[in-house]
Amino acid sequence: MVESFSPRIVAFCCDKSGYVAADMVGKLRLSLPESLDIVRVPCAGRIDALHLLQALEKGADGVLIFACHEENCQSLTGNIRAKARMGYLHGIMERIGLEKERLDLCNLATNNGAKFAETVLQKFDELKKLGPSPVE
Amino acid sequence: MIKAEQKPVDEILDFLKPHRKILLAGCNACVAVCHAGGEKEVGILSSALKMARKKAGQKIEILEDCSTRQCEPEFVQELKEKAEEVEAVLSIACGVGVQTVARMFSDIPVYPGLNTTFMGETDELGVWIERCQACGNCVLHVTGGVCPVARCAKQLLNGPCGGSQDGECEIGNDVPCAWQQIYDRLKTIGQLHRMEEIIPVKKWGRESRDKGPRTISREDLKL
Repeated sequence: MVESFSPRIVAFCCDKSGYVAADMVGKLRLSLPESLDIVRVPCAGRIDALHLLQALEKGADGVLIFACHEENCQSLTGNIRAKARMGYLHGIMERIGLEKERLDLCNLATNNGAKFAETVLQKFDELKKLGPSPVE
Repeated sequence: MIKAEQKPVDEILDFLKPHRKILLAGCNACVAVCHAGGEKEVGILSSALKMARKKAGQKIEILEDCSTRQCEPEFVQELKEKAEEVEAVLSIACGVGVQTVARMFSDIPVYPGLNTTFMGETDELGVWIERCQACGNCVLHVTGGVCPVARCAKQLLNGPCGGSQDGECEIGNDVPCAWQQIYDRLKTIGQLHRMEEIIPVKKWGRESRDKGPRTISREDLKL
């Protein structure tokens, strides 16, 4: 593994939780990796399996979903649906030999800026150990 | 509608091994409704196949398309230009669509990406259940709208077997006894006398396929 490898992470953020938490990271003066791309979505339920898989296909080393806490989705089940889609994709990833750690979900609330940063940094380190995506 | 499930990706990868450029063709009819072979599923499968082949060091180019109905030759014709560019077609339509594509593009291999499973209805979101076996001579008017051919494990046409216990079939798995359902339904609609109507044995041949593929021919519709 190259020491300078900086994993590219795509984070799909629910507008009602993850995106607000990401915004708070700046206010808390916490830092995030430069190689993080944030995609704002109206609800985690809007994130389709196709979006997640194509993010991996088009160069992401890891993909994160930031969704509201379970039973706290303003669209009722958007976060549950996102989790189910992730499970479906984990099955596909397993069959094509792609580590399922490259796709993960974090439930949080609007005021969880610290949790957002911590999750991204943890995934960043995990992906660094895992190495570049074999399909890049 | 026809229900189908995607074949495991590794099985598809296995029969695509010799090819470097394919057309992945979906169908926007039945299999799109059961989320197996529509436009979105074309995208997901294409992405998965490309990643798997890239990882294996054997890149594959995939052209994508999705017909309005792959069981209709005029819609399949629209795939012609793309089909001429590729080494093979991977169809994620039902078995009918795969065969239409294979017949129309007879000089290249056509592979099935789905397992066509049954004709059924949506039980709940993400759950489909078998309801019709296309037996060729519908008896639903006698059986209160519950099909004994598709829903009775023994396909009994005149009442339940001895394995019906408390409304459940002896095969287990929480499968309801179709004949209990028929009885309950006929009782509800005030047609219990239908239970005494004898349904004759099936004319397997006219009503099934032991005389080869069945054909419907309508003179009034022919050109």
